[in-house]
Parts: sequence; C-alpha cells; structure tokens
Amino acid sequence: MVFGVILAGGNEQSMEEAKQYKMLGSKPVLVHTIEKFYIHEKLKKILVLCPERWLDDTQKIMERYFPVGKERIVLTKSGDTRNETIMNGVAFIEEHYGLDEDTLIVTHDSVRPFVSYRIIEENIAYGLKYGVVDTVVPASDTLVYSEDGTEITSVPKRSVMYQGQTPQTFRAHKLRELYQRLSDKEKTVLTDACKIFVLNGEKVYLVEGEIFNIKITYPYDLKVAESLMIL
Amino acid sequence: MLNTVYRLVAPRRFEVAFNDIDLQKGQVVVRPTYLSICHADQRYYQGTRPIEVMKQKLPMALIHEGLGEVVYDATGTFQSGDSVIMIPNIPKEKDAVIAENYLRSSKFRASSYDGFMQEHVALEPDRVIPLDSSVDKVVAAFTELVSVSVHALCRFDSIAHQRRNVIGVWGDGNLAYITAVFFRAMFPAVSLYVFGVHQEKLSQFSFADGTFLVTDIPPDLSVDHAFECVGGEASQRAINQIIDHICPEGTISLLGVSEYPVPINTRMVLEKGLRIFGSSRSGRDDFLKTVSLYRSHPEIVGYLSNIVGAQIEIRTIADMNRAFETDIHKSIGKTIMIWNK
Repeated sequence: MVFGVILAGGNEQSMEEAKQYKMLGSKPVLVHTIEKFYIHEKLKKILVLCPERWLDDTQKIMERYFPVGKERIVLTKSGDTRNETIMNGVAFIEEHYGLDEDTLIVTHDSVRPFVSYRIIEENIAYGLKYGVVDTVVPASDTLVYSEDGTEITSVPKRSVMYQGQTPQTFRAHKLRELYQRLSDKEKTVLTDACKIFVLNGEKVYLVEGEIFNIKITYPYDLKVAESLMIL
Repeated sequence: MLNTVYRLVAPRRFEVAFNDIDLQKGQVVVRPTYLSICHADQRYYQGTRPIEVMKQKLPMALIHEGLGEVVYDATGTFQSGDSVIMIPNIPKEKDAVIAENYLRSSKFRASSYDGFMQEHVALEPDRVIPLDSSVDKVVAAFTELVSVSVHALCRFDSIAHQRRNVIGVWGDGNLAYITAVFFRAMFPAVSLYVFGVHQEKLSQFSFADGTFLVTDIPPDLSVDHAFECVGGEASQRAINQIIDHICPEGTISLLGVSEYPVPINTRMVLEKGLRIFGSSRSGRDDFLKTVSLYRSHPEIVGYLSNIVGAQIEIRTIADMNRAFETDIHKSIGKTIMIWNK
C-alpha cells in the first residue's frame, strides 16, 4: 500500500502564524498541497500530521474543503522534529492499516503546494521499484562550503550538486528500522530522512523536481506564489 | 488544486503560471499525454498574427489538439486512467439550429481560452470523449483536426446534390490528406482526385483514384464537387481553379484558413450556380463520429500514422520550444508532443 504523508508540523504560537494555514488564493496552502495528493488514486490514504493543538481546527478545514471524499484524508499529530513526525505517521499506519515490507510513504512538506502530478507519480513509481526516492533540482547557484562560516573551505563542482525538495519516498518499514538504530544524538543531527539511508549504504534514487516546487517559508515566498496565480 | 499552465507570453517565449482547479465543481480532471501542434498554434508562437490580435490573446496556453488520461472525476462518468480525447470547443449556450462550433458565444481553447499546454485540464464531462485502447495514441492526439474534416464531410453530405461521380480535394498537406482519407472511407463508391503542388506529397495519397499537379490539370477534367484544403496565400488560386473545373451546381467546401480576404471569380460562381460553404472547427457529435469511424474502419488509423512527424518528449520549457521549432521546419506531418508535465 502507498500512503501520502503531509508534514504540517510547526512551532508557531498560533495557526494564523503558520505558513501552511495562510491563504493562497481562495484556500489555505495546506489544502492546495493535499489536493495535489488527493487526485492520485494509488494513494490509499493521505495522512496529515499537524500539532496536536491544531487537530480539531484542521479537521474543520478538511470538512469544509473536502465535503466529498474526506475519508481519504486522515489527521494525526506531528512530532517534535521532522523525523519524529514521519515516525508518528509510520506508527499510525501500522496501527490502523498494518505495515509490511512494501508499505510505501510519500512524504511531503505541507508548504510546497506547487508540487506537480509527475513528481508525485514518479516518486510512487520509483519508490515501488527502488525503495527510497529523493526529489531534487540541479543547483542553479554555485554552492560554497565553509567549515567555520568565515572562509571558504572548498567550492564543490556545481554540475554534480542538487538542491533537495520534497516529496521524499520511503519503504516505511526500512526507514523505521534504520531510524531506530540511531543514537539520540544522531537523531538530532540527521534532519534529512534520505541521509539516514545514505549513511547506511542504501541507494537513494533521484526524481527530477521543478524550480517552481517552492517551499513557502517567508512572507516573500507567499507573495511570489500569489504573483504566479492566474486570477 | 493548483495547476501549472504553460502560457505563451510573447513570440517563442513560454512561462509558467498557475490556476486553481475546483475539485468539487463536477468537472473531469484530465492529464494531457499527447499534444499535437497546429498551424494556428504556430501563428501565435511565431508572432505572425496581427499585433493587435497578439496583444489581445496573450498570455495564453497553446494547443487545441490533444489526448489525455483521466486522473479525477467527481461526476463518476470516467474511471481514473481512461484515455480520452479533449474537445477544445466550449459552448456557453444551446441552440436548436446552429451547431456548437458556430455559436459566437462559444469559447475555443488556444484561441479565446487557455489551451491544453497544462499540467491538468478541467473539462465538463461532455467535453471528454473516451478512446478505445486499440487506437494508436500518437494518431489520436490530432483527432480534433480529423474531426474538423469529418464535420465538413458530414455537412457536404447534407448540402451537395446527389450526382457524386468524381470529387476533388485541393491541397496536399495534412488537412487535405485527412479529408481525403475520410472521404474514401465515408464515400467508397465515389472517384477521388487530389490536386497539389508537390509530387512527393501527392504520392502519399495512394488510396486516391488520381492525383494531379495543379500546374498540369487536363483542361477537360471536371469534378462534381470539391474540397478546398489549401488556405493561406494560395487560397485564391485554389478556389478559382476549383471554380474552373467544377461542374454546374457543384458544391465547394472551404476548409483552408487565410489571414486575408480572398478575391474569387463570383461571375462564374453565379453562372454555374455553385454552392460554396465554409466549415470551421467541430463539436461533440463530430468527435463521436470520428471515434466511431476509427472503430469501423481501422485502416484509417494506419493511413493517419503516415502523417505523424516528429515525436518529442516534453519535460521542460526548453523541450516545448524545441517541439515548435522542429514543427516549423517540417515539410508535412504532425508534430506530436509526448507531454510529461
């Protein structure tokens, strides 16, 4: 089975401050993002992981924007870190739907509503084939590596550098197995789930992202997103 | 749902924009898979339409010939994964007499509305025609153009008198080829002559009863009815040549598009009592008829595959430009974009 896992955690004091609940056009960013997953028939359920204190309000948002078919969208609480949130998702899947070696999760930032159908489709297809997938775009700026933040240590060759986006897709069972092997210290350092696979010698397949698959992080990003909308 | 639209913003320049598809609105959401480039798209792409038209129409997504796959249908009419042909005409009213493609209120994609160069296209269920899995998808991509021919042929059948011993098709391009192929299938007992300017193109009309260079037509050759599939600057020469060779009370079907008014020999139109009628675009019934003909005459699809030109996979905007530039330099054939956006 394949599940969409939307990561909508946040440290903000209120929902109003959280980017995933900001309006983009006529809907919250989170709703736009879920819709991109909602139309993929291969996804059995779409899990939305948000802070426990916002679960009730998020449920109301789902009922408002998905009057038909809302049973495919399931809410559960996020964790303190990105990886803990994913682990909560895996635990939820295991408890409610069962987990086997082939269970695939397509994890995605709730604030990347411009993700394309193709990107999700290729994540599912290559995830089923290879087990782990990361979505990337070729680096457009030269990347500079500095150990101390003062001087350049090295300038990596740009043609082999990529910028990570989401979705990231995993066999849930394997991800949990590798994650549980980490020490507490490693868990705080390894913020990227794909890196856990790489450090364990596992191959991670690349899916080509899109430059417009932006993450809405700052007010500027929201303005950019609004400017691209056809009114 | 946010949907990526690839719009032409200036000649040879595509840019990304996003619209918002309402999944609760009862429309069918189709993901384009095979898109076919038409002369009309090229006129926008190259900026050869009058400047005031360009200003009025752009930015706009091009392409009105296309096949897709249903990804979501809240109406339950289609299953996810169904191959479907998308109808570009969008009627805004119903009329008991006037066909949907002639209603002035109708919208048409890639003309007065965004075309199919999008991540998804949201369509009313009656704008979606299911396609048999046996039909070659590359050929099915230009079903819209085929349906324009079928539409003209059906109108010909209802307008032209019944003496139909010989008919002529003027033109040796894609539209002429398609019209001739379908004429052969729909009127198998009628002799079919094709008139063109390129011998190598005329040689493709192997199913016709005769082909002629327009510079070398026997003076005593006559046709009962004719189809003009030339368009452009050569329209005038073609139409007047038809008038010279057509029998009295014959019917001339005009299909070629010209940017400019075309002077024609009206004295002889009057003297011969000719009927001239124009056809443009097509409606749902024409698409259904076309798909039905694919089914009943499978050899048609084989003939149509002869005019498939370049097939270009589209993953980036650079690929879109490459497809349009390739299409400019072709001599005959339809350029197909294998759409993977």
